[in-house]
Amino acid sequence: MTINHATAAEKFNKDFDRTTWHDETLWWVRQKRDRAAFSIPEWEKLRDTASQIKHNVLSNLDTYLVEFEKNAQKNGITVHWAADAHEHNEIILSILKKQGVTQIVKSKSMLTEECHLNPYLAENGVEVVDTDLGERIVQLADEPPSHIVLPCIHWKKEEIGVLFHKHLGTPEGCADPTLLTHAARENLREKFLTRRVAITGVNFAVAETGEFVVCTNEGNADMGAHLADVHIACMGIEKIIPQRAHLGVFLRLLARSATGQPITTYSSHFAKPRAGQEMHLVLVDNGRTTQLGREEFRNSLKCIRCGACMNTCPVYRRSGGHSYHNAVAGPIGSILAPNLDMTKNADLPFASTLCGSCSNVCPVKINIHEQLYEWRQVLTKSGHSPTAKTLGMKAMAAVLSNPSVYRLSGKMGRLALANVPFVVNNSLNPWYKQREMPEPPKESFGEWYKKNRG
Amino acid sequence: MSREKILAAVAKNKPTSTPLPQIQNFGNQYADLAEQFRSVLTTIGGEVVRVKDWEEIRTYIQTHFVGFRIITTISELSDMAQNSWLQSDPHSLNNVGLAVLQGQFAVAENGSMWVTEAEMGQRAAPFIAESLALVVKSSEIVPKMHDAYARIGSADYGFGAFIAGPSKTADIEQSLVLGAHGPKSMVAFLID
Ligand code: SF4
Repeated sequence: MTINHATAAEKFNKDFDRTTWHDETLWWVRQKRDRAAFSIPEWEKLRDTASQIKHNVLSNLDTYLVEFEKNAQKNGITVHWAADAHEHNEIILSILKKQGVTQIVKSKSMLTEECHLNPYLAENGVEVVDTDLGERIVQLADEPPSHIVLPCIHWKKEEIGVLFHKHLGTPEGCADPTLLTHAARENLREKFLTRRVAITGVNFAVAETGEFVVCTNEGNADMGAHLADVHIACMGIEKIIPQRAHLGVFLRLLARSATGQPITTYSSHFAKPRAGQEMHLVLVDNGRTTQLGREEFRNSLKCIRCGACMNTCPVYRRSGGHSYHNAVAGPIGSILAPNLDMTKNADLPFASTLCGSCSNVCPVKINIHEQLYEWRQVLTKSGHSPTAKTLGMKAMAAVLSNPSVYRLSGKMGRLALANVPFVVNNSLNPWYKQREMPEPPKESFGEWYKKNRG
Repeated sequence: MSREKILAAVAKNKPTSTPLPQIQNFGNQYADLAEQFRSVLTTIGGEVVRVKDWEEIRTYIQTHFVGFRIITTISELSDMAQNSWLQSDPHSLNNVGLAVLQGQFAVAENGSMWVTEAEMGQRAAPFIAESLALVVKSSEIVPKMHDAYARIGSADYGFGAFIAGPSKTADIEQSLVLGAHGPKSMVAFLID
């Protein structure tokens, strides 16, 4: 049975120093994002534009999917359609079987995490090596990633040193990030050179041209794809954008929102297989069309997976990605997860203070905190979560009640925590003192509290 | 068929159509494009060397990359490199010390350069080499990504990439390490 968020968060908070370290690391990433965003005078206009493009995509998704398929096929890419996770996994296994391949490399793809591809392939005798450093670390530790952009953000370098000593033979006690990274580089280089099939994710797929774009800093998607005989790219159907020129908008937003970088090191545009190579693309639904039909939640499909909402979330920062028991954690994961399984994920929309910080930073302007609030209504009404309200209170208590947190205050984040969740008041909440002003919530926490508790 | 099932579900569930917004260009806020490019690329781990001509590039490479296996697609430098690598199995590029490639243009706001398969020679080249050098004319720097895509237009390529600096990671406790899987260093030669 899955442990609910409140219980998992309570466990995470047992180690106070570690929780604080996790919190501060992510807040630092959030600050880097702020600096990057504020250096672009038209930032707010860019967010608006991105959100509008995505809205147009959602409202014409069938047309764009067909257009993309036609152009991708013209480019020599084989396009597959998967209704759910299982079909996605079967398609990939069948390609591997045809190739007679039992060992592959894979670069970061949250979709394959969502579909639990690795365990499925393992059961079928295929060894998958994750090549993103963070993903490799959690894979060696037999864990899922705890963050969509920073998969091992919860790991300390000393622990990675122990892990690498065991698996890669690095010297005992070595915890130097450069040495550890280069040890992984050597080890993974050999995999790149010997694996004939590479799987990658997709950040954007362009309907107009049939090309898809993959963004990495490490170059692992490229190392895999350009050395393999067969490249399989997997994407959720919502990753489509209409035109190549729209990449200009999204690539300006993505890395700045994610890590504060002006752009990822590599923004690779795959249009055609190279001579002699096979290129497959798998389009996956897995609940997305259902979410599209839920009026209050369909905007969640605009997500470009930058992770900014996690880095800024006071609950995520102090409870860790694994407490969300879903491939995508944090605020956006808490909206996506109940769509996949309301019973299993009923606790997640309650793992939030509704402070609105997530909506403020989201580069495609998803009304994240409003949707979390909406899910609470839906789940409570539909009886999926009889204990929902108490769970919500317990989560808050676990994350926010430790008095020593406040004693150490002085940081903006801490001050804000002190006001949360009982004040959703613009003048008192420092998160609202940013340039990107949110739309006021339809109902304040106080009103919600009165209605639901009183 | 899942294809039909998915398309039908989308058609049924999609919201009323909204128009695409106009993509604005937002103008150019940078007084000196080359300087902006240099300062951004330098902060993300790249190096920028301004040169007057190919001779200077040649000298730089001869001083900094002694004894390395060099590959290039640039005709002005072809004597410095091996020939015949273009047809070889990409795996055999594993021991390349330096790849010198032409970038079509550079982007001031983020320090990236646009390189397509035609300039790469082999797609693996800019990724597998220990070091990467990209050559761009300083007159070929555009301010922002909107200008970049206006310039790319509907160009037909099999593969193309914006490359901004050496391969890097910060996955271990957010400490920046250069040379994750690809080049450990990257230099951009700006020809004035
Ligand atoms: S919901 Fe917005 S902020 Fe969160 S990951 Fe998606 S795009 Fe980024």
